Amino acid sequence: MKTYIILLSATLLTIFACAQQLESEVKAEDPVNLTYSTELVVPDLNIPWGMAFLPDNSILITEKSGELIHFKDGVKSNVNGVPDIYVRGQGGFLDLKLHPDYETNGWIYMSFGSSSGEGDGGNTTVMRAKLVDNTLVEKEILYKAEPNSKKGQHWGSRIEFDDEGYLYFSVGDRGNRDVNPQDITRDCGKIYRLHDDGRIPEDNPFVNSDNAKAAIFSYGHRNPQGMVKNPFTGAIWVNEHGPRGGDEINVVEKGKNYGWPVISYGINYNGTTFTDITEKEGMEQPLFYWVPSIAPSGMAIVSSEAYPDWKANVLVGSLKFQYLERLILENNVVVKREKLFEGIGRLRDVIQAPDGFIYMAVEGKGIYRIVN
Amino acid sequence: MKLTTISFIVCLFLYWSNHNFYDVYSQQDELKESIKRGIEIYNDFCVTCHSPDGKGVENLYPPLANSDYLLNNRKESIRGIKFGQEGKITVNGKVYDSKMDPPGLADDEIADVMNYITNSWGNKNDQIVTVEEVSEIKK
Repeated sequence: MKTYIILLSATLLTIFACAQQLESEVKAEDPVNLTYSTELVVPDLNIPWGMAFLPDNSILITEKSGELIHFKDGVKSNVNGVPDIYVRGQGGFLDLKLHPDYETNGWIYMSFGSSSGEGDGGNTTVMRAKLVDNTLVEKEILYKAEPNSKKGQHWGSRIEFDDEGYLYFSVGDRGNRDVNPQDITRDCGKIYRLHDDGRIPEDNPFVNSDNAKAAIFSYGHRNPQGMVKNPFTGAIWVNEHGPRGGDEINVVEKGKNYGWPVISYGINYNGTTFTDITEKEGMEQPLFYWVPSIAPSGMAIVSSEAYPDWKANVLVGSLKFQYLERLILENNVVVKREKLFEGIGRLRDVIQAPDGFIYMAVEGKGIYRIVN
Repeated sequence: MKLTTISFIVCLFLYWSNHNFYDVYSQQDELKESIKRGIEIYNDFCVTCHSPDGKGVENLYPPLANSDYLLNNRKESIRGIKFGQEGKITVNGKVYDSKMDPPGLADDEIADVMNYITNSWGNKNDQIVTVEEVSEIKK
């Protein structure tokens, strides 16, 4: 009898264990002796999705609903000449980024949902323009992902430049998990690389592949909503939303496949599984994965002297748990995680601004600065 | 004369009951179809926060399952989906204060998802939400 019970327990335990997700080994903790606090800089914003700091210390802010706000000397004004924005589900007016040589050329890069082109719905678009007299001028569409889709999910989209001046941006899988991310002849579920004027670099990984979208730099992504150039290595880092569990940090490399949805640490929202494997040859492992999901958005790697004890730490906004996560790494391995400013609100974006301070965009609140 | 009157009344009754029966029948069919479409919308636009079982996330995103707010505030619920939800609301005795962005759905999609959520997870609503009803809701 006793043997039966042991055998039964062992069997049940095995079955139960198989259905369990592998939780993140390092858990998020409350901070000890946090010496920093937050200061509200721009009040009363709805969904500030992206922000950029101009040389005169004024701030450009995208509102997902389709407005571009210029915050200068304590006053908000709406920028004119904004493109037509297709607002649906997670799509709308998304990221903003200044050209590294903005002071000389004045280019501002932005991503948004657009319904231009054939078919119902919309898809992620990247445009550049200049700001003259509070109006966007010289607008140039650099890339429009295809096809249009009425799905509300997974548009990406963050924009970043590397040290060589290449422009990177992300487009999520647009809710078409089983079709888009693993197919390099299709857009969506990809990180793209372009020259700053939209030309496709000749040494992009798939320029010689049949029918491939030549702007693709890496693929097998789900929905990257955080992207930053690592100020210490120059590499492009992203974080992306998983489904239920399985959010990831990835260091993006040329031509690599990041595995979605063939490998994943996540499961479907309803608890069923879509894959049994978390690793496979030819597919990259994330630098870190979150189980349970924090719903990461925005990403910064601290290099500023303003936060000496945070040097080289990775900061990630959590939409779901409404805090700023600080990840401490040793040799590219996450060894400690902290929950900062818990309860601040849905944290949409975090950046280290040219003034050296960290700024956070919070839904329903505004933009905060982290101060001593 | 009496017979004529009786037959007239009977006819009228038959017509009325038949008509009514047909109406109810077709409305239920319509509701079923609308709910089916509503599932698709829910799984795309709503599931991330309100979860597959409609229970939401504790203290953050209010439940739709067995939700007194949803069933007693039909117009407000439609308005919330159409134009976004802001400010404090009390759902099943608990106060929620999370902002919901307007998901950008068309009126027919809002009707479909309303019919799904008001007829799922223990909720029951026989009175179908129509496109006309949604279109009449103003900000």
